[in-house]
Amino acid sequence: MTFFEMTKTALRTILSRPATILYPAQAAKKTGLSRGHVTIDPARCISCGTCQRKCPAQAILISKEAKTWQIDRFRCVVCNSCVDTCPVKCLFMDTQYSAPATAKGVEVVAITYVKPVKPPAGKTESTG
Amino acid sequence: MTKQIVVPFGPQHPVLPEPIHLDLVLEDERVVDVIPSIGYIHRGFEKLVEKREFTEYTYVAERTCGICSFIHGMTYCVGIEQIMKIDVPERAQYLRTIWSEYSRLHSHLLWLGLFADSFGFENLFMNAWRIRERVLDVFEQTTGGRVIQGSCKIGGVRRDITNEKLDEMAKGLDVLDREMQELTNVFLHDATVKHRLRNVGIISRNDAYMTGAVGPTARGSGVAIDMRKLGYGAYGKLNFQMVTDSCGDCYSRCLVRSKELFASTDLIRQAIKKIPDGPVDVKVTGAPDGEYFTRAEQPRGELVHYIKGNGTKFLVRSRIRTPTLTNIPPLIKMLQGCELADVPVIVLSIDPCISCTER
Amino acid sequence: MTIGLQTIKPIEVSRLIGEVETLKNAGYRLAAISCVKVGEVFEINYSFDKEYELENLRITVTGDTEVPSITGMYWGAFVYENEMHDLFGIQVRGMNIDFKGTFIRTAIKYPFSVTTAKGEKP
Repeated sequence: MTFFEMTKTALRTILSRPATILYPAQAAKKTGLSRGHVTIDPARCISCGTCQRKCPAQAILISKEAKTWQIDRFRCVVCNSCVDTCPVKCLFMDTQYSAPATAKGVEVVAITYVKPVKPPAGKTESTG
Repeated sequence: MTKQIVVPFGPQHPVLPEPIHLDLVLEDERVVDVIPSIGYIHRGFEKLVEKREFTEYTYVAERTCGICSFIHGMTYCVGIEQIMKIDVPERAQYLRTIWSEYSRLHSHLLWLGLFADSFGFENLFMNAWRIRERVLDVFEQTTGGRVIQGSCKIGGVRRDITNEKLDEMAKGLDVLDREMQELTNVFLHDATVKHRLRNVGIISRNDAYMTGAVGPTARGSGVAIDMRKLGYGAYGKLNFQMVTDSCGDCYSRCLVRSKELFASTDLIRQAIKKIPDGPVDVKVTGAPDGEYFTRAEQPRGELVHYIKGNGTKFLVRSRIRTPTLTNIPPLIKMLQGCELADVPVIVLSIDPCISCTER
Repeated sequence: MTIGLQTIKPIEVSRLIGEVETLKNAGYRLAAISCVKVGEVFEINYSFDKEYELENLRITVTGDTEVPSITGMYWGAFVYENEMHDLFGIQVRGMNIDFKGTFIRTAIKYPFSVTTAKGEKP
């Protein structure tokens, strides 16, 4: 049993620089893999809806009529599932966390290409 | 007979990170009985399994707990892999083990800090959390998430760690070891800390076993249960000594966790040394049909995931039995007969994670 | 690779207490009680562990069957039994600490007793 076991550590802490970061004056820690928020390249999206189906938080909604891809940042859990499953790799994970907001809402992105409705099964067989 | 009074403890209490309510029946300053109530943060997680495909449920399962999230995800994946008879590549098994052990380090350091806070040693609390930051940094560098790793998937892991990074991590462990040594010395040898923890909240070996204590709560009473001995992941190929202590008081539980920190760093070192090269995942097709009880060792104890599938993409049931749920009856046994002033320390000594408990 | 041994033994509700007592005397500890709704009936699995071997007793009951409590043998089982009552609406007879539906307070009564699975074929 010892006394003043903590003294050494405590003294060193007083004499050393703080272990914390003065956020937001100083930038937060980030790594190349950090999951911040999902971004989309609207030109490449084929509106297949995979990201919407694979989203565990149901944050993504694709509207083929309105030609939009929308995400609710407050629902998104940044799991990277959509980025992994996107067949055309048009989704990316940005390392920057999404900015704080004062109101809830969805972010709507207009997409250019909309996948045409599947032709009847008979036709695809003849071409393939 | 002295007059009995009931003192409510929680759900909001400075020592509790999460809400649990205890009705303490007191005779003078002595607690004679305790009635727990939970249910403040029931999220109905398990029900979500009926609405999410089993592959996506991994991310949901992981969010059961904010501290041992990786192990939750992994346990769920192991369950599905057992039902579907998937052989996970060796390298993925080792990576899972490495991340699991980092989770344990992260959780135990967090707990040591909270525990220090519970007996009023703020400085120690800050120090424990400062060291924990190193572990979180490793998580962020290797998985992209500090708390929710999201790196496990059915059939393997989602991302590999390069061998160079593994070597760097091994070097980081030496620094971590040195700092943790300094930290645990305070917990285990400092006179005031020891005086506060010794002979507080004693639970006998038999009581602990029969009321279903798991993890460090059980091992602190001399019950040698550690699910890592089942050999899931790469644990079967690594060599480790289970840490137990026989006193069953708060100090014993603190001792078990402190020593487990070093057991974890040792396991990570062994895993880094032995990790084979190769793929990290296999392709999964089909859907699970069957049932399985997966058990894994969380920082808090044995975790049981019961998974039942019916051959569709949507599981019938995923039942998550977290260690804190089963540690509540032993907690009541510990609290019976203690002093009112010791209640916060004893409650913290089982490492309660109430959000997990209610899912 | 199979991890650990586990067996499932279906039994009648009336034999539950006897079987649990046998396991208790053999030195098993209670690992979990899990309830599952399968179709119209509930399956309740009592999992016991000894030396890393998992022994499960399974009873199949309908919603209105009263299940005997095992808290007489395993004092700590009340957490599972109360949970089972609050989430699935299973009536458990003779619990040592009966919360009478207030252990887990939910907005919808017995939320897990209805199945909403999509159940698509793959």
